[in-house]
Amino acid sequence: MIEAVGLSKHYGATVAVDDLSFTVPPGQVTGFLGPNGAGKSTTMRLILGLDAPTSGSVTVGGRPYTSYRRPLFEVGALLEAKAVHGGRSAYSHLLCLALSNGIGRARVDQVLDQVGLRSVARKRSGGFSLGMGQRLGIAAALLGDPPVLMLDEPVNGLDPEGILWIRNLLKSLAAEGRTVLLSSHLMGEMSLTADRLIIVGRGRLIAQTTVQDFLSSGAGSFVRVRSPQAGALTVLLKAQGAAVALQAGDTLSITGATSDAVGELARANGFTLAELSEHQASLEDRYMELTRDYVDYRTSEDALVPGTK
Amino acid sequence: MQLVASPRPAVGPGPLPHFADILRSEFCKLRTVRSTFWALLAAVVFNVAIAAVLGILLPGHTSAHTQATIDSTRVSLGGLHLSQVVVGLLGVLVISSEYGTGMIRSTLSAVPQRRQMLAAKTAVFTAAALVTGIASCFAAYFAFEVFLPSGSSMRTTLSDPGVLRAVTGAGLYLTVLGLFGLGLGAVIRSSAGAIATLLGVLFVPSILVSLLPQSWQDTVGAYLPMNAGESVITVHHQAHTLAPWPGFGVFSLYAAAALAAGFFLITHRDA
Repeated sequence: MIEAVGLSKHYGATVAVDDLSFTVPPGQVTGFLGPNGAGKSTTMRLILGLDAPTSGSVTVGGRPYTSYRRPLFEVGALLEAKAVHGGRSAYSHLLCLALSNGIGRARVDQVLDQVGLRSVARKRSGGFSLGMGQRLGIAAALLGDPPVLMLDEPVNGLDPEGILWIRNLLKSLAAEGRTVLLSSHLMGEMSLTADRLIIVGRGRLIAQTTVQDFLSSGAGSFVRVRSPQAGALTVLLKAQGAAVALQAGDTLSITGATSDAVGELARANGFTLAELSEHQASLEDRYMELTRDYVDYRTSEDALVPGTK
Repeated sequence: MQLVASPRPAVGPGPLPHFADILRSEFCKLRTVRSTFWALLAAVVFNVAIAAVLGILLPGHTSAHTQATIDSTRVSLGGLHLSQVVVGLLGVLVISSEYGTGMIRSTLSAVPQRRQMLAAKTAVFTAAALVTGIASCFAAYFAFEVFLPSGSSMRTTLSDPGVLRAVTGAGLYLTVLGLFGLGLGAVIRSSAGAIATLLGVLFVPSILVSLLPQSWQDTVGAYLPMNAGESVITVHHQAHTLAPWPGFGVFSLYAAAALAAGFFLITHRDA
């Protein structure tokens, strides 16, 4: 369980995290989402006590992270980029971290096996690919077999096999009752891995919800109907309070009514339906819709498509 | 999937983390990077090789008068001019390389008690520098003596007044200089910046002071870091220099000030 209350972090005039409050419950994978520069990494640094908050507080398992004597047994963290001395071998890196928390060599070998780095364990980590570096970071996070795992952009640089591996690993860790917080700006990945979402933009909380609720709450969900009696159907639907837009020819796009209700209405009135389908906005669409106003580095559409003006 | 770690120790808000564990971790870090090995090896080679070369060359290339009056113990420790640079460099790198590579984030995630981490790092580095410094200075002294012709007026023995103190002091000087580097590394956090500062503090002040009137040079000069530190490796005491141990004390104060600043700042800045 991770709990942030009114967490803020200012770097000079820049507000990186702005009055952020959220809870990360155990037993689920919580996705921490936001555009680049939204304050995800900063929040994770605040959780680990690497940076001190300007105001507010955050606790892990009910206590500030820095109060733990052997924090590797409480939280396993994979931070953005490499937090590794490239001159040290993977094995030595893990051993040095393990020793500080009283963890033995046998466990170092175990996590190296688990992340598939055993064959390169004695090589200097400076020569590792991005994906191998991520695996090494995940190995470090697993050292203390902690009840809370926090990973910043863990699929960065992983190949498809690696992405599948981390997805299954995180799900199985959550299924064991652990708290898993996973940051990403990749929506597709999130929809496959996460159960819950914390969405931030420009340091502020935009939404804290389950993936299911997040998807169905969207204005982007609609029912599509194709019928030769499109005009008459429109009148009936509007009378029932649904919003109807006429698309090409005889196709209607309906919001505010379920496909069940539309189908029943058509049957009761003897209308012919050539198509009746429910369309759900993808996580990607919902996310874009929600964070549109919070994106720091947006490309102008005019700039992207030359000659449109 | 089996995720069982070694037996989970009791976790609780104890006043002290396990300092012995942190020491073990810092020793692991020191011995598993190549720079440690190369820096310490270079310090030994500089000390011993330069002493041997001076022992071979000086008797045939200096006047009998010079040989009779020269501070030959200090000459035998001439390798310090180079070895101090690599030991200082290692002192800086021990901490600044963590910031440079991002390792510091892993380190402080594992040991959030920052001052204890820095204390363990300082202790481990001190031990390594002390052993290397003292052993290589004695080796340098004996290498110099071995190559002197028998009956040379430059010969001394460890039982002569001040000689044992000078040779031991040279090892201590190297250690404290490394700690000075470590302190600056903790304050400045960038390897290049800290190394430049260390070398600047050692070599530049004596150049600046030489521009001052002589009477000022006589009063201020003795307290400059390198001048103060070198008084402990000097057997023939000279005018306008500090006595050996007070001089070493002044030198140690510079290092202590840098370390104190490092210990203060490490808990007052974001990692």
